[in-house]
Amino acid sequence: MFGWEFPPHNSGGLGVACYGLTRSLSRRNVSVIFVLPKRIVGLHHDFLHIVFANIRNLKVRSVKSLIHPYITSDQYDDYLLKTPEKDLYGLNLFDEVRRYGLQARILASEEPHDVIHAHDWLSFRAGIEAKRTSGKPLIVHVHATEFDRTAGHPNQYIYEEERRGLHAADCIVAVSQHTKNVIVEHYGIKPEQVMVVHNGINYEEFRHDLPKVLQDVKAEGKRIVLFVGRITIQKGADYFIKVAKRVLEFDPNVLFIISGSGDMEHQIVRLALDVGISDKVVFAGFVRGDELLKLYRAADLYVMPSVSEPFGLTALEALANGTPILVSRQSGVSEVITHALKADFWDVDDMADKIVNVVSSRGLQQTLGELGSKDVEQVTWEKAAGKCMQIYDDIVRRAD
Amino acid sequence: MPSVCFYFQVHQPYRLKKYRIFDVGHDHEYFNDHSDRSINNEKIFHKVAGKCYLPTNALMLELLNKHPEFKISYSLSGVFMDQMEEYSPETLKSFQKLVDTGRVEILDETYHHSLAFLYSKEEFVRQIELHRDKVKKLFGVTPTTFRNTELIYNNELAVYVEKMGYKAIIAEGADHILGWRSPNFIYRSPGTKKIKTLLKNYKLSDDIAFRFSSRSWSEWPLTSEKFSQWVGEINGNGNLVNLFMDYETFGEHQWEDTGIFDFMRALPGEILKHPDNEFLTPAEAAKKYESVGEFDAHNFVSWADVERDLSAWRSNTMQKEALEGIYAIEADVFASGDAKIISDWRRLQTSDHFYYMCTKWFADGDVHKYFNPYETPYEAFIAYNNVLHDIRMRIERRKSGRVSSKKKTAVVKKKKTPLVKSSKKKVVVSPAKKKVAKRKSKTT
Repeated sequence: MFGWEFPPHNSGGLGVACYGLTRSLSRRNVSVIFVLPKRIVGLHHDFLHIVFANIRNLKVRSVKSLIHPYITSDQYDDYLLKTPEKDLYGLNLFDEVRRYGLQARILASEEPHDVIHAHDWLSFRAGIEAKRTSGKPLIVHVHATEFDRTAGHPNQYIYEEERRGLHAADCIVAVSQHTKNVIVEHYGIKPEQVMVVHNGINYEEFRHDLPKVLQDVKAEGKRIVLFVGRITIQKGADYFIKVAKRVLEFDPNVLFIISGSGDMEHQIVRLALDVGISDKVVFAGFVRGDELLKLYRAADLYVMPSVSEPFGLTALEALANGTPILVSRQSGVSEVITHALKADFWDVDDMADKIVNVVSSRGLQQTLGELGSKDVEQVTWEKAAGKCMQIYDDIVRRAD
Repeated sequence: MPSVCFYFQVHQPYRLKKYRIFDVGHDHEYFNDHSDRSINNEKIFHKVAGKCYLPTNALMLELLNKHPEFKISYSLSGVFMDQMEEYSPETLKSFQKLVDTGRVEILDETYHHSLAFLYSKEEFVRQIELHRDKVKKLFGVTPTTFRNTELIYNNELAVYVEKMGYKAIIAEGADHILGWRSPNFIYRSPGTKKIKTLLKNYKLSDDIAFRFSSRSWSEWPLTSEKFSQWVGEINGNGNLVNLFMDYETFGEHQWEDTGIFDFMRALPGEILKHPDNEFLTPAEAAKKYESVGEFDAHNFVSWADVERDLSAWRSNTMQKEALEGIYAIEADVFASGDAKIISDWRRLQTSDHFYYMCTKWFADGDVHKYFNPYETPYEAFIAYNNVLHDIRMRIERRKSGRVSSKKKTAVVKKKKTPLVKSSKKKVVVSPAKKKVAKRKSKTT
């Protein structure tokens, strides 16, 4: 399995997804060799062993690389400049991806395996190279496409990489019907080649009591609406501000919290200033672990206005905490959760209408939270792993 | 010799349009959706009239003419009658023709198909009185049988309705109350003196209303011969078969191509083949048969869902909040003295609004989803909640309008007291009226 990040050092949902899936697969007695790129700058070498100490059947191999998920070409150049010369490999991001792919060949010949499972575009080339070496079937797992990340303005090179991976694959796994549609529409793939395996969540890990401090804040009567995610065009952070502005016209007692960082951060801070609501918008920065759980618990509503969201694990995390969610219809999570408010990301008025009602109605908030958190219990990694097992079995049988 | 008693429920709510928070304070027309969505009341009325009311009324008239022994009864909600008058006078005429045969009984219910009995007994009584007047006006008859919204019933209701002068009342033949006993008799609830309770035979009723077209049902296809045989089988274990159902069963829930009309066309003839069988209306049945035992509905029963309780309208906190919200403003609504506010408030009491907010089976997508014109229970609640905000605001504006006009007149009074004492009242009223008129013209 070729992955890209793992908690607690993840920057997004991909790492959480790989972790959840791997753990459930290992419980089903699937041996997983997890290949991870190892960033040179500021990374503990041992964290994987800590993370995986409680998982059986798992072997981790790391490969030296500068790449990390959600990286852009510009960022890579930036890293390149800061990296000691002896650690340099590729000339740019794309060269690095290619180099990483070549290393996969060596791995594939050293480690016996039945199937190759590659997560997202950065690992597709590695998957292809591994397949070329071992001749084993390749499954590519799509957590996000370039179309999602760029809201419809793909980088041509990345698009080509994705396309190559998708066409080389023996089977494609998409995290939602939404993503499957994107793959079929933009990558020339036949629908029957794509299996939908929705992500899951270990909801129990997200259920905690609200800490005292936040209880007090809420007792003051302030209402909190939360955004968690990378501040990028994909996540619709600009819509979040526009909606906030609209909500505040009706209810000035609402506080909007944005947790995350990303290339649009400055733009969003400016936007909040420009529309005159900077005192009602709090930028919490990138928050993880307990801190994030506290935010979920404190929020009256979690909002995910993504322009295109392959899945949207954070929405499930919020809901596991009993916090109601308002999610974009253009998201995978809206396919698996019934008890959620749903809106088109561009329909600022519709979202504002829903937010105003949730923060002003205990009945609505409670019903959504209670029933939604029951919904979450049905969305498990065990189910996802079960589907993956089925795909492995089918594909191995076909190959024989 | 069983008597067969048909009662059909005829009701259409005023569905709320997609009313958003931005409409609050500007738009006071809540029920005037003109889109193609199934919240367009006029469109729905025409659709159902075409598929059900008109053809079924024609069939019933045909049957009444053909069989002098045939009898049926209806309960028409007040909001249905309002919409019928407004959208389809033709439908009204066809109902009037049926009642004119003298063999069609009309029942009373709360005008607004409301849950008022649960929240305000005063409003409950007022709505029944309104309904009685409306029935008198349209059909020239005064009902003596009462049915409460969705057959919601308990002992207290029976006592209450008896005091209002009704002779008979309709209820669900719920197993958990009847136990081993049969619904095919007349019963009486504890605390009542004379009022008789007619219980729905839900098995036979639902065979027509729900199972008729179900191919997975072992009895499919249901023929009128088979059904009248089942009716005959209760001989010896009852004397009255109460077939209570939504009128929309004919042509709307069961489409014409299921054969429902042909089934009904043949049914009276089949039942009357046995010379001992007969048809009765609820009032006649109550007169003819004595009660055989006690129907002790300590808790509320209804005819909704498998639970047969109030959970279709009152199981989640949104529903409770909405219901409490609408009845909490009762006093203010009447104090406003504004006929439009009172009328809107009443239309907001219709049980369907709360049914649309039900989350019980939302995930499974069954009957609730089928009958829900809103995408989700949450959308239904949000529209309702926004409308509640607006109606509260209207009441507040009326109040402050009156206060400020009073202040003005107080000033006026001081100045003009010696001159025009007699016209004082007129002076008081006119500024307030003008204000309202202005506001109205602004919003339209």
